Amino acid sequence: MSRQNAAWWFLAPALIVLGLFFLLPVIAALLLSLTDYDLYALADLRNLRFVALANYWELLHRPLFWSALGHTFYFVIVGVPLSIATSLGAALLLNSPLARFKPFFRTALFAPVVTTVVAVAVIWRYLFNTKYGWANYGLSGLGIDPVDWLGDPHWAMPTIILFAVWKNFGYNMIIFLAGLQAIPADLYEAARIDGASAPSQFRHITLPMLAPTLLMVSILTVSGYFQLFAEPYVMTEGGPLQSTTSVLYLMYEEGFKWWNLGSASAVAFLLFVIMFVVTAGMLRLSRRKVAS
Amino acid sequence: MRFAPGHRAWVVLAAVLLASCADKPAGVVDVDFWTIGREGEAMAKLVPAFEREHPGIRVHVQQMPLTAAHQKLFTAFAGNSMPDITQLGNTWLPEMQALNAIEPLDAYVATSKVVDKADYFPSIWATNTIDGKLWGVPWYVDTRLLFYRVDILKEVGFDGPPRTWDEWRRQLAAVRSRGNGKGFAVLLPTNEYEPLMSLALQSDEPLLRDGGRYGNFRSEGFKRALTFYVDTFKAKQAPNITNVEAGNPWTEFGRGVYAFYLSGPWNIGEFRKRIDAKDQDDWSTAALPGINGPGASNAGGSSLVIFRSSKHKQEAWQLVEFLSRPDIQRQFYDLLGDMPPRRSSWEGGTLANDPKARAFRDQLERVVPSPAVPEWERIATEMQLVAAQAVAGQISIDDAAAEIDRRTDRILEKRRWVLDHAREHAP
Repeated sequence: MSRQNAAWWFLAPALIVLGLFFLLPVIAALLLSLTDYDLYALADLRNLRFVALANYWELLHRPLFWSALGHTFYFVIVGVPLSIATSLGAALLLNSPLARFKPFFRTALFAPVVTTVVAVAVIWRYLFNTKYGWANYGLSGLGIDPVDWLGDPHWAMPTIILFAVWKNFGYNMIIFLAGLQAIPADLYEAARIDGASAPSQFRHITLPMLAPTLLMVSILTVSGYFQLFAEPYVMTEGGPLQSTTSVLYLMYEEGFKWWNLGSASAVAFLLFVIMFVVTAGMLRLSRRKVAS
Repeated sequence: MRFAPGHRAWVVLAAVLLASCADKPAGVVDVDFWTIGREGEAMAKLVPAFEREHPGIRVHVQQMPLTAAHQKLFTAFAGNSMPDITQLGNTWLPEMQALNAIEPLDAYVATSKVVDKADYFPSIWATNTIDGKLWGVPWYVDTRLLFYRVDILKEVGFDGPPRTWDEWRRQLAAVRSRGNGKGFAVLLPTNEYEPLMSLALQSDEPLLRDGGRYGNFRSEGFKRALTFYVDTFKAKQAPNITNVEAGNPWTEFGRGVYAFYLSGPWNIGEFRKRIDAKDQDDWSTAALPGINGPGASNAGGSSLVIFRSSKHKQEAWQLVEFLSRPDIQRQFYDLLGDMPPRRSSWEGGTLANDPKARAFRDQLERVVPSPAVPEWERIATEMQLVAAQAVAGQISIDDAAAEIDRRTDRILEKRRWVLDHAREHAP
């Protein structure tokens, strides 16, 4: 048996699993997005028609798709930087030589990541209840009028962002922590001898040394945040006035509420294309930066 | 189908009775019954009586939250794991019928001693009839009519509620000019399609034409309803707000911000709860005004359907009969405030003597079903989106009617194809 053949044998289990459970469904979904699979097709498969790109064309003419896309971008553009800044901040605090009880805080801050989103959403809905919630109780202490966090179309998305950031920052924090611990201590030592202040140490040592980690974390977070679904599903059901309907939520409603699987698949592929373009753009941007 | 807002449970309560499957005596048949929203809570109280009468049947009630019910029913159909019997909103009935998922019930009714077609409100019964066959038995009804402030109308010189649109318009104008232009006269949330639909159903012209193949919103009848609806906002008699922004309409109605509120039966209970006891005589209900004299409203509500895949159809039917009995329906009303679809159920109990329910009893003789096509909810949603644009003054009545027709025809494209296709292939 040649080396080449052996390699294929070793790869085969992974390839079979990937092909069966990833590639095949993706191809099936792509084909589905070119048909008008709906209620009538579910009743009788003879009612299925091939419609080429009509689903995509129709979606691009639907105001709801564009508003869902707008909400998703809002979530990504505000949520990702906020999430990364929180993670980095928490990691820096935990990494500080002054910090005490590190294992405890590390676990406590990571805890939201491993809790189920549905269970914590119940608690958050209580926290942000207009009448009885602690959030408004705190505001009233400052003399600010109560805010209808989840019922007001303007406040619902910020509340969802807050929830998502709290839920997810622990994961990136752990990655940042590992990255921070890998930075050699003598670099800081040298900087201190040269009289560099703490902010300039952060700017000229920590950030450049963390750059690869930062890039990876950003790409993971962006692609994760584009797939916003569970948070609005359990907190607001896409409302009020569809102000928290994300692209993925739209797909879910199309697919499972109205059973228009054809156009739901088209939504999924449009989202895939958008995420692909955005992350590819991020990669290219970072490469150019490294080159310069 | 509408349920009281604020009663949305969003966690699917798993079958509570799963545990009881464990030690089942021989010869006992299990019947799975899915309910939507609060009805499941009432069922928990009614089931023991049924099981006492039918020792051979055990009912497993599974409560679905309204927000998840539609997808759960569809997923169950796709996965071939339907219950024996379910509650189904009568706007969803055409979908299940199109899926060929439910059993025609004509044969059951023909031999039944309990379910008597003549005793049901005809239009409510009609919502369960598609292509000449009966697919469900009405369980409770829902229609929209006027809640109004008796004292405010008296204050502006009217002795009773309006009976025609013209009279209603005069009352709206009088109420509006009452509070130095501060208050409004009526609350019509712009994200609810039921108020406009109820007015539109009063027209002799159907909302869809050619057997549900095309929209008929350019008809004079619909345009007249849309004009009346839009004019109410233009004259500032109704605020241009959604029910999210309206927040707490009950208190505002109690404070006299609105003298009219177009809503459904569940609000009788809400108003009783939320308005002070001393002010309870200040509000009442009235049938919807019509173009010439008392008008029609929409025929909503839920039905009981039996699935084709069920292995215990006879037992399921016994449950349908039990829930259709007038004494049980009265009990059901006392538990939830869901109004019964049979005239004889209205003749006794708390319903018979409730002055606030009387207008509903009257209205139920004049209700009109919405078009029985699976796409209706989507069409009605689009209708309301365009109507909201007309309310905001972005498009004219004629353009709005044309736009609703355009969107409707696009939604119905598949239905037209399926209908024509089926005809070509018919033997």
